[in-house]
Amino acid sequence: MQSNRNFLFHLYMGLFLAYLLIPLFVMGGAAFNASKLPTIYPWKGLTDQWFVALWNDNRIWGAFRNTLLVAIAVAAISVPIGTAAAILINSISGRVRSILYGLMVAPILIPGVVIGISTLLFWSHLSIGSGLHLSVLGQVSYIASFVMLLVLARLQSFDPSLEEAALDLGATHAQVMRRILLPHLYPAIGAGAAISFFQSIENFNVTLFTRGGADTLTVYVFSKVRSGITPTINALALLLILFTLGLAVWYEISRRRKERIELAHEAEGLRAEAAVH
Amino acid sequence: MEHLLRRYGMTLTWVCIGLTFFWLAILVLLPNFTMLESSFRPYLAKVDEGGPLDFYSMGNYLKVLGNDVDFTVFGFVFQVPVRLKVFFLTIVYSAIVTVITFIMAYPLAYYLAKIVSPKSLPTLFLLLFVPLWVSEILRSFAWWIILAFKGPLNAVLMSLGIIDVEIRWIAGFSPVVIGLVYTYVLFMVFPLYNSMQSLDTNQIEAAEDLGSPWWRTHWRVILPHAKPGIASGAVMVFMLSAGSLLVPSLLGSTTSGWFTQTIQEIMLGSQDWNAGAAFAFMLLLACTLFVSLMMRVFGVKLSDIAK
Amino acid sequence: MSAAIELDDVCCDFGKFRAVDHVNVSIQPGEFFSFLGPSGCGKTTILRMISGFNEPTEGVIRIGGKDMKGQRANQRPTALIFQNLALFPLMTIWENIAFGLEVRGVDKAKRRARAEELLALVDLHGAADKMVSQLSGGQKQRVAIARALAVEPSVMLLDEPLSALDLKLRQHMRAELRAIQKRTGVTFIYITHDQGEALAMSDRVGVMSQGKLQQVANPRDIYNRPANGFVASFVGENNIFAGKVKNASAGMAGFETHIGNFEARFAGKKSDSDLKLYVRPEHTVLSAKAKTQNSVPVTIGDVSFEGSFMVVSATSQNGTILTAELRNDGSATVPAVGTKMHMSFDAANAAVLPDTSSAGA
Repeated sequence: MQSNRNFLFHLYMGLFLAYLLIPLFVMGGAAFNASKLPTIYPWKGLTDQWFVALWNDNRIWGAFRNTLLVAIAVAAISVPIGTAAAILINSISGRVRSILYGLMVAPILIPGVVIGISTLLFWSHLSIGSGLHLSVLGQVSYIASFVMLLVLARLQSFDPSLEEAALDLGATHAQVMRRILLPHLYPAIGAGAAISFFQSIENFNVTLFTRGGADTLTVYVFSKVRSGITPTINALALLLILFTLGLAVWYEISRRRKERIELAHEAEGLRAEAAVH
Repeated sequence: MEHLLRRYGMTLTWVCIGLTFFWLAILVLLPNFTMLESSFRPYLAKVDEGGPLDFYSMGNYLKVLGNDVDFTVFGFVFQVPVRLKVFFLTIVYSAIVTVITFIMAYPLAYYLAKIVSPKSLPTLFLLLFVPLWVSEILRSFAWWIILAFKGPLNAVLMSLGIIDVEIRWIAGFSPVVIGLVYTYVLFMVFPLYNSMQSLDTNQIEAAEDLGSPWWRTHWRVILPHAKPGIASGAVMVFMLSAGSLLVPSLLGSTTSGWFTQTIQEIMLGSQDWNAGAAFAFMLLLACTLFVSLMMRVFGVKLSDIAK
Repeated sequence: MSAAIELDDVCCDFGKFRAVDHVNVSIQPGEFFSFLGPSGCGKTTILRMISGFNEPTEGVIRIGGKDMKGQRANQRPTALIFQNLALFPLMTIWENIAFGLEVRGVDKAKRRARAEELLALVDLHGAADKMVSQLSGGQKQRVAIARALAVEPSVMLLDEPLSALDLKLRQHMRAELRAIQKRTGVTFIYITHDQGEALAMSDRVGVMSQGKLQQVANPRDIYNRPANGFVASFVGENNIFAGKVKNASAGMAGFETHIGNFEARFAGKKSDSDLKLYVRPEHTVLSAKAKTQNSVPVTIGDVSFEGSFMVVSATSQNGTILTAELRNDGSATVPAVGTKMHMSFDAANAAVLPDTSSAGA
């Protein structure tokens, strides 16, 4: 009975993964199909022409450069803002804290279309026209929330007596921040930077309304999909998937290695403990 | 505040406050207030701005009315303004997407939280995360390929003998729902998993030990514990679906207008920013109402939802 | 020579709650001084005020004769050892120890050399490049001490640093701490709720209750000459008799209770309220015949064997339970349960004290 039920669950998990991953294979596969329309059926033979076309598409490279610039700017602004906000919210309590916290998480729950329009309207009232700089500001407004939540979670595992210990040993507040608090937060800050970067790359809604005339990758792909669509997009998609997959695997491997080292240290501590008795 | 000063000193405290202020005031609050204010202003030529014609009114909001079309509910035909119909259907189909993702995600989250061996969890999560890292547009694009009239899905179904003639998938709201479910189901899985994972397995075993059948264990023990996760997942999926522009644009047809498309057309097509502001505000209001509804229904706080 | 630390009428309020209430004490250089008291008695607040994490609401704190008002934690010549040690988990052992020097801008080679010296002082050779998680509890303790010593503090403050260790290690570390203190000559201020720890290590002990300093004295006087009922009860066991003073003269008093009249030491006035008689179990004697003075007829109840001594509980005629301690050195015979005997004690070993225990603990 029990194993029967577990079998059903395993099966469901397998089907779910297939459901998630097969579309990606379909899309990747279409990049190699000689058909003029992006599809894997009917199969008209293996080709690399779409990759060549991608390589020669100057507009795509311009959009790619824009996307990277925006993503870097978004990460560079969101990380300090999110970190500062997390530190702030972590050291206050009571009513002010709940109001601030509500304000800080609200941007996650605002549809991107709304963020895009409100950003565009606000800055054009200040006579600052649309363009990628507005896309950056609009994206930061909700991506900073993710960073804040990540850093706040990490802060909750921080022992404040470490700060006091450092102060007591004569450190200045800046030294406490640099040597004690920030090193503890680095994993969350790193994760926050990565999430900011990827969230920004994939952003469409905010960018669409604020970009002015500039292209980013998603906007460009969108316009391509709607107009003359060719499997060049599939070639691009495949490269992006392989890139993120590579990053993910690398991240996982380094995480596991770090975990092993920490476990070894803890075991040694326990052995040292046992040796005393 | 005093606590903050003692912990971090004057300079760092002001840096933290300054950055937070910049974010919340300049990037979040003021733009939204501006949007709200603009939504009551008429659409005027540049020269008329600030002139006698520039006064507050509900005019932009009334633009959802007009252009009546037929709207059939359970066989009854109503005359309904087209934009209102689109707004209404967007909400309804977003809710449907939310329910479908919940039904799909619940067993999976339970499996991840309570059944699978913890050793294989990191690998499973890695696999689950892969589609999340592939951008939304490419994910809907994948379904555009799959659902094409002469595409792989129809080919597979025909070769299996399940259907005789190709089905026109890209019609009505179903492809949009399929695309939205695929794109956002993981936003339901992870909050559900998080909330179930904090449930003490002993409680489940105790319930079974007391003779509770599996469905009652779920209904009385696991579901109540997973409430914050359900609320969180539902809010995320609903908000993302109702706010999605890519999926309906890519997978939709002429018969499946989405409210975000209406907004886009007004903002970028007719360039009527103030009406766009009004419509965007309506969307924001709908999402806010949904969030409050979920918080009320599941009895959770905002801090439980946003984790 | 001025005192190492002086608390001059110090109070500390948290909202309406007064955590520390008019504390006056002067601690000498090189002294090992303990604040002893139950949790919530204000001892940790005193420590945090000395180290600069809290400001006194009233009163003055002087370190080496200098008023510390406005001096923040990182400007005071104190080093605090936290209850959880607060070692920096992301730094190696030597970086932990040298952190105080690092923030003072000492160059790396010197820091490393000093860290090695201190590791030798606390008997932890070869641990310099390990991480904190690789050490045992006792080893972490030593690192925390070395880290505090590195900044050459004039006063070392210790906040129950041994409470996380198991019994054996705790006893070992007591001796170790005491030895390090003697070797370095630094003033130690030690906070604990463990009376054994305080009595064993300290030159002087300050017993606290409800924010007030109840008594300051050397360990022997704290135990043998408690100033009041709270101190007597917190530091050791007692047989307590309620009653009232009949006559008082020359430091002695006649004390009348329901089970008889007793003679005991008495330093107060006959009119003081809430006076009770306190006798330690080890100061009582059980005998077959009644003694002429301070003797109570009892029935032996339970005898529990504790190793080096035995605890005998006996019931007096009106039902009061009294306890006696017999040394397990073969001199005393173990009384049988139900035997009728007499419990007596020396007037010099008993004291009539004001009962503040209801207000304390």
